Amino acid sequence: MTLKLGIPSKGRLMEKTGDWFKAHGISLRRTGSDREYAGAVDGIDGIELVLLSAGEIPRELAAGRIDLGVTGSDLIRDKLALWDTRVTELALLGFGQADLIIAVPSAWVDVDTLDDLDAVAAAFRRDHGFRLRIATKYHRLVRDFLRENGVADYQLVDSQGATEGTVKNHTAEAIADITSTGETLRANHLKILSDGLIHKSQATLYKSRMSDWTDEKRRVIKTLKDRLNLD
Amino acid sequence: MPPKADVKTCAAQLQSFFVNAGAHPVEADILQPAATLLDLYGEDIRARAYVTQDPLRGEQMLRPDFTVPVVQMHMHDGAEPARYTYSGEVFRRQETDPDRANEYMQVGYEVFDRDIAKADAEVFALFSKALSPLGLRAATGDIGLLITAVQGLRTTDKRKAALMRHIWRPRRFRTLLERYSGRIPVPQTRQNLLVAADPMSEGGPLIGLRKRTEIAARITALHEDAAADPISAIEVDMLEELMALRETASNALAALRDIMVDLPAITPAVDQLDRRLSEMNSQGINVDTLEFEASYGRTTLEYYDGFVFGFYSDARPDLPPVATGGRYDALTRVLGNGREIPAVGGMIRPGIVTELGSLS
Repeated sequence: MTLKLGIPSKGRLMEKTGDWFKAHGISLRRTGSDREYAGAVDGIDGIELVLLSAGEIPRELAAGRIDLGVTGSDLIRDKLALWDTRVTELALLGFGQADLIIAVPSAWVDVDTLDDLDAVAAAFRRDHGFRLRIATKYHRLVRDFLRENGVADYQLVDSQGATEGTVKNHTAEAIADITSTGETLRANHLKILSDGLIHKSQATLYKSRMSDWTDEKRRVIKTLKDRLNLD
Repeated sequence: MPPKADVKTCAAQLQSFFVNAGAHPVEADILQPAATLLDLYGEDIRARAYVTQDPLRGEQMLRPDFTVPVVQMHMHDGAEPARYTYSGEVFRRQETDPDRANEYMQVGYEVFDRDIAKADAEVFALFSKALSPLGLRAATGDIGLLITAVQGLRTTDKRKAALMRHIWRPRRFRTLLERYSGRIPVPQTRQNLLVAADPMSEGGPLIGLRKRTEIAARITALHEDAAADPISAIEVDMLEELMALRETASNALAALRDIMVDLPAITPAVDQLDRRLSEMNSQGINVDTLEFEASYGRTTLEYYDGFVFGFYSDARPDLPPVATGGRYDALTRVLGNGREIPAVGGMIRPGIVTELGSLS
């Protein structure tokens, strides 16, 4: 049985993943037309390439349907409860860096910390009759973070894209989203809370702890780890 | 886990015990409107309860407890005084501990009665009696002590309101207390804001629903807070002594009488405890050996605001509490549309009772 490696099926994340493996003498290539989601691994035996949406890779790893997978650490931590009991980090790949942060309108000159956000949330609920809305797609990470820091009287509203625009569009009062340079935030008149860093994410190679690790697969992963100079 | 049939037998046994004690059996829907629970508990409830939905009714929750629907039912059409018992499954989403049950039976007993001390003692004595064959350890506390202590602090109403809001979040409560007493410094950005001549001019263009007047009002409030005297070291020390109090109930009462000298505001809560202990004593509870912990019950999902209790198996510390309960007067106020009634109650987990043996 071959070892299954899941990688993101499109975009920069896929290209960079290819580059990273190439630097270690392993080439990942698409087979068939460039629209067909099929691929092969050259330079090492016994590995099958599976092209998946980056957002589905955590679930596939946790189910043990793939043995290895490349995805953002933000997605693993948000989508998998007790993530470290279900996957192991093999290597941080050094790209796809992004911070999951909480941002509020830069006009809120009275708000800089989570303390401030909590106080404003209480006042907002009193004045507007509903809980202050934070738009995000990272529900679990954000909720855990806010609970740990004792922030109350907020609600999470789902936003799967263009999250920075939700405040201007009056569908949220604050956002929790990933940012790399902060440019989109600034362009949308938002600022990051000074203690609002929830997670520093980057593309990571994970090994599933849930898949069936046969002797043959163990041999393949040993060869792979040697090639990648891992432990 | 023990077989479900055994758990149901145990639940029926417990419920008939409560019926014999004078309780009226009631039912509650499994699907509860999510909005009520979210308003009460905030976003945190989503981590603890299963949320589902349909296009007509919107978000619904699988009932995470019976207290809220029972209070709603009573506030809607209940006579007074009233005693209710319920029995059924509750559903708790588990995100961190795979060994905790996500579906289990609860059998409860809730009392709506204006004789507070007597009702507290009645519920506790009844639970003690029901569980007596198991040889459990009882823990008790009283959140009313901390509430009255905060209300009596010599500081601004805004600070008291902020502390009150976080009574059930001990970590945030402590941070606020340290800030208000000057034990941790004011953040640099806050200091800059307070000395800025025209702070509003320093932000970007105003976007979103929060208005300029709301921002200005908070800046004014921050100036007022900066001008207010810190909460005195004596008061903070007394609060900490209160929160750390852990003694037998009769010794705790004596210790609280001492703390009362510096925190006279807790007098009504201490008197209430005194009355409760005499009632408990007359209902056969030995208050000289009963455990009392002033901070007990501050981290539970339910927002109890007076007497709180729990029953634990010392032989099986891996198990959740066998029973928990407490007083929730504020909940009746929130759900009562202008009406309120003192209420106290608790629930037993027949699944845990069965796991520990049985009641006969």
